[in-house]
Amino acid sequence: MKHGIVLFHTTTSALRAEKLLIKAGLAVKLVPTPRTLSSDCGIALRFSPGNEADVRQNLDQAQMDYEIFFLDKN
Amino acid sequence: MIYLDHAATSWPKPAGVSAAMSDFLERAGGNPGRSGHRLSIAAARVVYDTRETLAEFFGISDPLRVIFTLNATHALNTATFGIVQPGQRVVTSGMEHNAVMRPLRALEKKGVIVDVVPSRSDGSVSLEDFHEALRGGARLVVLNHASNVTGTIAPAAEIARLAHSAGAMVLLDAAQTAGVLNINMRAMGIDLLAFTGHKGLQGPPGTGGLVLGDSVDPGAISPLVFGGTGSRSAFEIQPDDLPDRFESGTPNGVGIAGLGAGLKWVRGRGLDALRAHELLLSSALREGLENIPGVRLYGPDEPRLATAVVSFMLAGKSVSEIGFQLDDDFDILCRVGLHCAPAAHRSIGSFPQGTVRLAPGPMTTLGEIETVFRAVERIADQ
Repeated sequence: MKHGIVLFHTTTSALRAEKLLIKAGLAVKLVPTPRTLSSDCGIALRFSPGNEADVRQNLDQAQMDYEIFFLDKN
Repeated sequence: MIYLDHAATSWPKPAGVSAAMSDFLERAGGNPGRSGHRLSIAAARVVYDTRETLAEFFGISDPLRVIFTLNATHALNTATFGIVQPGQRVVTSGMEHNAVMRPLRALEKKGVIVDVVPSRSDGSVSLEDFHEALRGGARLVVLNHASNVTGTIAPAAEIARLAHSAGAMVLLDAAQTAGVLNINMRAMGIDLLAFTGHKGLQGPPGTGGLVLGDSVDPGAISPLVFGGTGSRSAFEIQPDDLPDRFESGTPNGVGIAGLGAGLKWVRGRGLDALRAHELLLSSALREGLENIPGVRLYGPDEPRLATAVVSFMLAGKSVSEIGFQLDDDFDILCRVGLHCAPAAHRSIGSFPQGTVRLAPGPMTTLGEIETVFRAVERIADQ
C-alpha cells in the first residue's frame, strides 16, 4: 500500500490546498514533509492514491503549483 | 475620557482582539511555516485564515496574494521600491501621507520622475488634472484613498481607469479606508492595495499588508526584504513563490491573530452599518463646529465625501494650545499638527501650523461628540 503526498513550495499553499480539498469532500491530512522527498522545512498533504484524479483536478482548477509523489506506508 | 484619534489608531479594540492574541501565544505558539509539528501548523493556520479572509474582504480570488507587512508604510515601500525603476514616472496626488511622499522623494534621487497632481483646498482631486498628468504615460499611480487630514475620499475607480489607459499600475493607500469603506480591488481596478491592520480593521499595531491584484505579475516586483521563508531552504536565492517572496523572517503571528479577530468584528457589524454610524458622528461634529465663531473647518462640506476625520483651526489660537486644552481640561484626546502629511496640509492651506484633527470611531457616541463641540466652544471663548 502507498500514500499519496502533495508537495507545495510554501506552507501557505499547503494550507490553501488543504481547505480546498476538504471542501471538495476529499480526505487529506497535513503531515511534515517527508525528508526523502524534499529538504524543505514545512508541511505536505497526504491523500489516498485512489483520489489522485480528484486531487489534481481541484488543485489545477485553483491554478496551484504542486507535485505529487507516492510513498510506501510504514 | 473621549478618544478621538481613530485616524492614528483605533481604540479601544473589540474584545475578541486581545483574546485572539492571548490565545495565539498560549495555544498556537509555534513558528508558522518553519516546522511540521502541531504548534507550527496551528500558528500557520491562524495566519492563513486571516490571509484568506482578507483576500475575500478586498475582492481578490487568491489568498496567496495577500502579503503581510508590519504596517501600511512597509507595504507602500515594498510596492514603490519594488516596482519603479530610474527613468520611469510615478504620478500621485497632492494629499499623500509621508508614507508615500518619503519613498517617492527617495526614488526621485535615484532618477525616478515624480509628478504630483495638485489637490484642491478641500482635499479633492481633479480627474482632468490626473488625465493631463498621465498623458506622457507612467509606471505607477499612487493614490491616497482617503486623506488622514481631511478624510476626503478620492475617486479611486475613476483614477484607476485613467491610469490603466496610460499603461500605469495603481497602488492604493488604504490606511484610512480599509475596514471603513467597501474596497473591491477587482471592481475598482486596483492593482496593489496597501493597508494597515490597526485602524479601521480594528487589529493591533504591527500588522498590515500589501495585496496584489489577480492580474499583477509578482515577478515584476522586487522584494524589499530578503531572508528565510521556511520554503526552498536548500537555495540561497529568494524564492518566487507567493507570499514567501515578500515575507522573509518570522511573521507577527500574534498580531495577525488579533487582526483576524478585528476583521471578524468588522464583518459582523458590516461596513454599511459602520459607515452610517461614522457619518452620523462626522455630520454632527462638522455642524457643531461650524456654529462656533472663529472656527475654520477643512475638508469637503458634504460629510459623505469624506471619512470621519474632521480638521479645524481656531482663529488666534495655536493648534498645540487647543490640543493641550482639550486633553488637560476636557479629557478629549485628538491629534494636532501636520499628521505626517505636509503635502496634504500645503494643499488645504494649513501648512506649516497644521490643524486640530478629530477622528471618531465605531465606539464613539453622539453624546461624546456634543461634549466635544461644547469644549471647543469654551476654548474659543477664552
